Amino acid sequence: MNDLHDAPGTGPAQTPPVLTLLHTRLNSALGGAARAWLDQALDEAAAAPGTHGPISVWELRIAEAGRRCGPEHAEAARVLLLHAARADAPTLARVYRQGTADERRAVLEALPHLVAGPEALPVVEDALRTNDTRLVAAAVGPYAARHLDAHNWRHAVLKCLFTGVPVDAVADLPRRAGADAELARMLGDYADERRAADRPVPDDLYRVLALTGHPATPTGTDASKGPTAPDGTYGPDGKES
Amino acid sequence: MRIFDPHIHMTSRTTDDYEAMHAAGVRAVVEPAFWLGQPRTSPASFFDYFDALLGWEPFRAAQYGIAHHCTIALNPKEANDPRCVPVLDELPRYLVKDHVVAVGEIGYDSMTPAEDTALAVQLQLAAEYALPALVHTPHRDKLAGLRRTLDVVRESALPPDHVLIDHLNETTVKEAKDGGCWLGFSVYPDTKMDEERMVAVLREYGPEKVLVNSAADWGKSDPLKTRKVADALLKAGFTEDDVDRVLWRNPVAFYGLSGRLDLDVADTDATHEGNSILRGIPKPRTGASTAETGLQPGAQADPQSSPTTTEA
Repeated sequence: MNDLHDAPGTGPAQTPPVLTLLHTRLNSALGGAARAWLDQALDEAAAAPGTHGPISVWELRIAEAGRRCGPEHAEAARVLLLHAARADAPTLARVYRQGTADERRAVLEALPHLVAGPEALPVVEDALRTNDTRLVAAAVGPYAARHLDAHNWRHAVLKCLFTGVPVDAVADLPRRAGADAELARMLGDYADERRAADRPVPDDLYRVLALTGHPATPTGTDASKGPTAPDGTYGPDGKES
Repeated sequence: MRIFDPHIHMTSRTTDDYEAMHAAGVRAVVEPAFWLGQPRTSPASFFDYFDALLGWEPFRAAQYGIAHHCTIALNPKEANDPRCVPVLDELPRYLVKDHVVAVGEIGYDSMTPAEDTALAVQLQLAAEYALPALVHTPHRDKLAGLRRTLDVVRESALPPDHVLIDHLNETTVKEAKDGGCWLGFSVYPDTKMDEERMVAVLREYGPEKVLVNSAADWGKSDPLKTRKVADALLKAGFTEDDVDRVLWRNPVAFYGLSGRLDLDVADTDATHEGNSILRGIPKPRTGASTAETGLQPGAQADPQSSPTTTEA
């Protein structure tokens, strides 16, 4: 779903083209029963977007999307349901707070399509505090690129490098990393720390460093000098506790 | 050998345990919500715990090639604390979640009126949400507790074949079986059942509807007891098919009653190159393939069909 990088603001009633495309793709991937379930669930969400009682019908549908559409299609179905229900920032925060990890990912994926301003940032910041790389990867999408302040954004990039989330997940990386001397310093320090521990420096670090325009900061930046894993992969420290 | 531990509290276990369990053949676990040793004092404490069972713990398990599901409930011990009882009101929003495969652990601890109420209410919730129920039997006054449990089950809307009675032993297995329930046995280092007694029980009662679990938690317990029982059964002359039935197909069939079992863990592992738990260089993980679990990628138990359709 990394291709879903369009901006909201076209009005809540209109469907962004990228979500229309997502819907078309999902329809062709689902079997008859799952497609019928999705159609009905989207209608319910569009008809009654507010909460009714402790749990609204469309939030129940979000919870059961995995077993109805199959785990591999659940995220797309949930993003479409959130859009159909015209979920605003407080609603998204509630669905996130009450959601499983899979549901939380869907909220993070839906943010750039549903919220124009920075008011949903607490959800992104929550996900970036976790140690769950699925959530971290979803948190550094276009919404974070648009709204996350410089300090938190730099730490998000560093966390990706630290936990092994490919920086391809970071939306708008070239623009935000461009001419960021502080990010370059942080990357250089992290590379030094890795080398001091006789651990490999991830290739992704050099990629981001090059984007900052300050590629010469760390000493001895030859990636080939660092130790590499037997299979050539980079092993992140990973543990943040 | 593929093993499904139908009752284990992984929240209390280490990553070494996950690694050893995978090496022993464990490919799926169900983690029932229970108490934490230290009593909780508010519903919020439960909600964080439930959220972990639906968030962080499945993530941890997936990194070791193990599919993780959970059961959700207010446990019998804490059903006696009025500060915790409001948890019951919030259970419905958890019981609809994709990876919740039963209501549990419910049942009796000290057989109090508060426990009567919590058990009856939660059996009703299981029926309403089309879930089976995992019912714990008490450690003290066990046979009386079992009889009272069976009475409450009979009075409930949930059919007995949607109920797994756990922590059974030689003195309680017959009545639970006659009651039409699934039969759970917890194998512990010192208490509950052990491997040899488990062999004897299976000789006498057969493998039908029998599940064996480690119930490993924060107390003295062993997450590899499922494998040790499997080895003891083979040594005693049971066939590999018998072992597979008890340690894989029976738990798949029971929790498959929920229509929510998803035993393919490759998906959750593939979204990222590295991970946040393993220190150093992750070793390539083998053995989590669908070939071993006998399921097609993304295969799930279909609520409309027999749970046996998920079997290999």
